[in-house]
Amino acid sequence: MEHDNNNDPLVIGGSVLQSRLFVGTGKYGSDAVIPEVCRASGSQVITVALRRVDMRAATGNVMQHIPKHMRLLPNTSGARDAEEAVRIARLARAAGCGNWIKIEVISDSRYLLPDGYQTARATEILAKEGFVVLPYMNPDLYVARDLENAGAAAVMPLGAPIGTNRGLRTKEMIGILIEEIGVPIVVDAGIGRPSEACEAMEMGADACLVNTAIATAGDPVAMAMAFGAAVRAGRQAFLAKAGPVLCGGADASSPLTGFLGEA
Amino acid sequence: MSFLRVVQGYEGADIPGAAQAVTEADVRRALEKPVLGPDEYLTLLSPAAAGLLEAMAQRANALSVQHFGRTIQLFTPLYLSNHCTNQCVYCGFNARNDIARTMLDEEGILREGEAIAASGLKQLLLLTGDAPRRASAEYIGQAARTLRDFFPSLGVEVFAMREEEYAHLLRCGVDSLTLFQETYNRSLYAALHPAGPKRDYTFRLDAPERGCRAGMRLVNVGALLGLDDWRRDAFFTGMHARYLQKKYPQTDVAVSLPRMRPHAGAFQPASLVGDRELVQILLALRIFLPRCGITISTREPAVLRDHLIPLGVTRMSAGVSTAVGGHAGETESVGQFEISDPRSVEEVCDAIRRRGYQPVFKDWEPLDGVCAVAV
Ligand code: SF4
Repeated sequence: MEHDNNNDPLVIGGSVLQSRLFVGTGKYGSDAVIPEVCRASGSQVITVALRRVDMRAATGNVMQHIPKHMRLLPNTSGARDAEEAVRIARLARAAGCGNWIKIEVISDSRYLLPDGYQTARATEILAKEGFVVLPYMNPDLYVARDLENAGAAAVMPLGAPIGTNRGLRTKEMIGILIEEIGVPIVVDAGIGRPSEACEAMEMGADACLVNTAIATAGDPVAMAMAFGAAVRAGRQAFLAKAGPVLCGGADASSPLTGFLGEA
Repeated sequence: MSFLRVVQGYEGADIPGAAQAVTEADVRRALEKPVLGPDEYLTLLSPAAAGLLEAMAQRANALSVQHFGRTIQLFTPLYLSNHCTNQCVYCGFNARNDIARTMLDEEGILREGEAIAASGLKQLLLLTGDAPRRASAEYIGQAARTLRDFFPSLGVEVFAMREEEYAHLLRCGVDSLTLFQETYNRSLYAALHPAGPKRDYTFRLDAPERGCRAGMRLVNVGALLGLDDWRRDAFFTGMHARYLQKKYPQTDVAVSLPRMRPHAGAFQPASLVGDRELVQILLALRIFLPRCGITISTREPAVLRDHLIPLGVTRMSAGVSTAVGGHAGETESVGQFEISDPRSVEEVCDAIRRRGYQPVFKDWEPLDGVCAVAV
């Protein structure tokens, strides 16, 4: 029997989501493709960099392309420390982008790796102010615990450095977070192929955010559809509880303990 | 330690000679490396690499799309003043050139700002000649205060300043700094800058670093290609950007690739950089520094600019006038150099879209003026 997604909602910050794929708005050759990407992927959450949003422009503004049903996840791209992230979050809320915020604090322009300490500081402040905070992070257990304690509504560990499409390079570490952390795990950054998103979901991640791999694909809409299907398949496989992987052949017989049954 | 030490480390090195010795196999090896070092960068600038431009272009395109997406940021320069106390032999604003000198007052700045804002542009680059007593850091800062309501991102391309002056500009709303070394060849630099404060090679060389220390978000360096052997200057430009990226990870580093243009003086460049050479520099730089911004100005003709879009360019100027007061059309002043791409902002946007790329007008949200943060 096919798994019914309606009975497997993802709850973040009290909101119920039927789709476990989050999409992005950066890097598209044209923002006009965004509605099609949203539709094809089935996604309900879309991240947008506040730095790119021009509230005063009636046209040429990314916001005008985001379908109404999508939940906005503004991000603090450009923030180099906690203070800047907090300011950007407040600006986003004041600009009418809602109270969800993806914290990105990146102070390394060469590798774009997130700063765990600053991210936790920003998370603490913003969670107290009523934001639903989703911090982007390195998959480090201690940082994840700090973020959870600071009030994060979910954590967003990277699969590989941002924009690299290298896949789930941090699989082992993400596995630990899935085991240990109580809030949802949204794998963000690095996923380059639907099979990798599927793998993350199979492992038990709660959701995936995919931007570069969709936006820079030859056919972004078709790729969005593929990612939507992959995330659903991975989730379904996780819920179906895959059989164990056996090493060294099948165990049809029990050479060492078989005699017990024979007694 | 400043970048000067890096430059000094190459003193006596025959960079063009080393480039000549590179073989095609060296180039192919360099292209297979995931991360390139300085030697491989020089390899990509070599004559041998000139035969492998398509392979380089494929890699440069993939890296650019991956890191920046199919987007091109647009900005335009606003010339505040053409007073200059220097005598750079290659520049139309040279103090010895007999041109009308003007400087915008607050009203003029506002008029220019309004005229530019009407075109939809959001990123502005403020330029002056090098006359710090007239167009001082205070004057430039005041101009920034006047313009910041129209433009979320303000950059400066002005004389080399002290760190406190850069900090002052930041407080006035400036977030990026562009400063060209012109040439990294110290003796040639002395010959090209016979008089004026710009003669101080080291003070200029260290200025981008002072900008990083002051907290500039984006620092853009470059050489005026053609003044010296282009391979040497392109090599040091890339090394300069790499040095800043490594030492100031909080700063976004970008490079401009301006070529010499005709101007109101008689100077002719020493080493002509053809289109193929410009493309080779662009590709080598993108592969060497995958996350470095690369700016192409309207010095380059429209057709060429359009072809460069997928090769690694991340920022382009549009709707440019290099004359003081040129946007509001209230001046007859001479421009700093002749531009080659006179298209309107909308025409440039159309060309970008036709290539499957998206013009981006706004890429920064000013953070001042928001309630204090108790962090
Ligand atoms: S390049 Fe700059 S400093 Fe030199 S003459 Fe021109 S305006 Fe003056």
